[in-house]
Amino acid sequence: MCDPKKLEEIKTSKAKYDDKVAKVLQKMPERKAEFLNTSGIPINRVYTPLDMADFDYLQKLGLPGQYPYTRAVQPTAYRGRYWTMRQYAGFGSAEETNERYHFLLKSGQTGLSVAFDLPTQIGYDSDHPLAQGEVGKVGVSIDSLADMERLFQGIPLDKVSTSMTINSPCAVLLAMYLAVAEKQGVTPDKLRGTVQNDILKEYSSRGTYIFPPRPSMRIITDIFEFCTKEVPQWNTISISGYHIREAGSTAVQEIAFTLANGIAYVEAAIKAGLKVDEFGPRLSFFFNSHSDFLEEVAKYRAARRIWAKIMKERFGATDPRSLMLRFHTQTAGCTLTAQQPLNNIMRVAFQAMSAVLGGTQSLHTNSFDEALALPSETAVQVALRSQQVIAYETNVCDTVDPLAGSYYLENLTDAVEARAQEYIDQIDRLGGSVAAIEKGFVQKEIGASAYRYQQEIEKGERVIVGLNRFQAAEEKLSGLLKVDPEVGERQVARLKELRSTRDNAAVSQALAALKAAAQGTDNLMPLIVKAVRVLATLGEVCDTLRGVFGEYEAPALV
Amino acid sequence: MPEERKIRVLAAKPGLDGHDRGIKVICAALRDAGMEVIYTGLRQTPEQIVAAALQEDADVIAMSVLSGAHNYLFPRVMQLVKDKGIADVLVMGGGIIPDEDIPGLKQAGIAAIFTPGTNTGDIINFIREHVRKN
Repeated sequence: MCDPKKLEEIKTSKAKYDDKVAKVLQKMPERKAEFLNTSGIPINRVYTPLDMADFDYLQKLGLPGQYPYTRAVQPTAYRGRYWTMRQYAGFGSAEETNERYHFLLKSGQTGLSVAFDLPTQIGYDSDHPLAQGEVGKVGVSIDSLADMERLFQGIPLDKVSTSMTINSPCAVLLAMYLAVAEKQGVTPDKLRGTVQNDILKEYSSRGTYIFPPRPSMRIITDIFEFCTKEVPQWNTISISGYHIREAGSTAVQEIAFTLANGIAYVEAAIKAGLKVDEFGPRLSFFFNSHSDFLEEVAKYRAARRIWAKIMKERFGATDPRSLMLRFHTQTAGCTLTAQQPLNNIMRVAFQAMSAVLGGTQSLHTNSFDEALALPSETAVQVALRSQQVIAYETNVCDTVDPLAGSYYLENLTDAVEARAQEYIDQIDRLGGSVAAIEKGFVQKEIGASAYRYQQEIEKGERVIVGLNRFQAAEEKLSGLLKVDPEVGERQVARLKELRSTRDNAAVSQALAALKAAAQGTDNLMPLIVKAVRVLATLGEVCDTLRGVFGEYEAPALV
Repeated sequence: MPEERKIRVLAAKPGLDGHDRGIKVICAALRDAGMEVIYTGLRQTPEQIVAAALQEDADVIAMSVLSGAHNYLFPRVMQLVKDKGIADVLVMGGGIIPDEDIPGLKQAGIAAIFTPGTNTGDIINFIREHVRKN
């Protein structure tokens, strides 16, 4: 980077600085003997051009929109268009959630993100015994196409993009979305959005699995194939590090395990006969934004670089869009405190800023009351406004990747990449992500990091403001959202009504056809679309598949 | 002198909630504090939890729910504990539990509710003070 003579001068200067530091340290030691970030990466006192003496700009960074896309996937980034402001939302019934969506769109949100309740996410209808107490609690309850129509009432699906956090029963909810669009007169090629569709992190970190890995991977590749042909603008998967981080991983582990999962999906799709450049451009990612500001920025940049290399070198992708890691970000729920909850507004704003400086395509900012309840309207508005303040007031979006070239940030980006690559290599040696999860490797690594983090807090080595330092007596936060406890009963009544008024012969026929396909190798998506059109419920479709595929049993690990 | 029996804790995730970071951290902390911990894994019904507590001869049932289903699940476990005649087992819960729900849960017989930000040391002390003495 520097001419050799200048480097020599800097070396001399640095030696003088080091002497001075040695003297200062005798009088006043530093706050800690060793400075490490959350991933265990040592942080030097200062970084200089000496740390970048053999830095190859084009190889490491390139220009925005150029391989290896470290700086950005788009040549103009936020100078063209800001990220999509997309708040994850859903609770109670489809009507209540629909009302929240209209509020968010009116407040300037630019995309929708659906939170489903746990019975929906695990493929149970609201009247299933295991759904008791859970209906409408952590998201909206969707049993059938009729609920899905209510959810998107008055929202033209050709005008918004919609993200759906749905994994095991992803095919069913996607089919319902297509059917709602059809009723609105919107053809599938006009639809934009994302389904999470990432089962591997469910096994390791999030828990809403249904089927064992092999049939789950088949459903996923069926969705890839179907969407490539029928819904070409749809992101067919959102390979998610968010929940891995929430489960307690470090930043390095987050991107390592996520990208290793990405490798497993690409391998499964290729094995299913798809071509990497057909489905590669529609893969997308989802990361967490935690509190270590610069480590997070380095993490996003490192992830882009690693993924571009994997797709190019390992899988031979040639379409530039296959090499581009596009991602959604959510600020870290696990950093929110129930104590002094207004402090969370600051945490979220800093986390959001690091996601923006890391070049996210889409962003959810958490609400300050989320350690206590689902967000209230007031809290979600403050969260959305934080994004708008960053976009419209701070001016950080006017140049692409503004922190590039920082001696520290580039070193940190390299260190995060190197350590993540070590994990990816280790997972390869274990036989890939599926095997590493079945052996419990990933879960144990995450669990150990989570326990270490908690111990650091309890020993006071890690300060959480308002929790283990600067505590204060405080008033209870008022105005928390409470989910209507009657929603479960109403959903059960609706299901009863649905089952007595629909064409049950058509439903049985559609489910029988689905069963036959599941036993064979045909793509399941068209059959699921047919089933939901005739009002087969989510639980009925999933039960049909359970009958063929069986259910996943988690290994006993703890 | 016979060795003192370790406190046996059944750690459980009732319902459909998949958030297990907290319960796993607590399992590790209780083990480090010298207790015997059996973790059920995810998606346990109240029936399964109480059956496991009986089978494992647990002194403590420690449940974690972050999904908002605690008002159904915790009292249901308590009812089964009473039905099975093991009401001397210390039953505790934790998770995202609104303050206004806590009195009702305690009335149902849940000995303590631990909310976000709780120190694992406080949970350990609570168990030691309140567990049945053999």
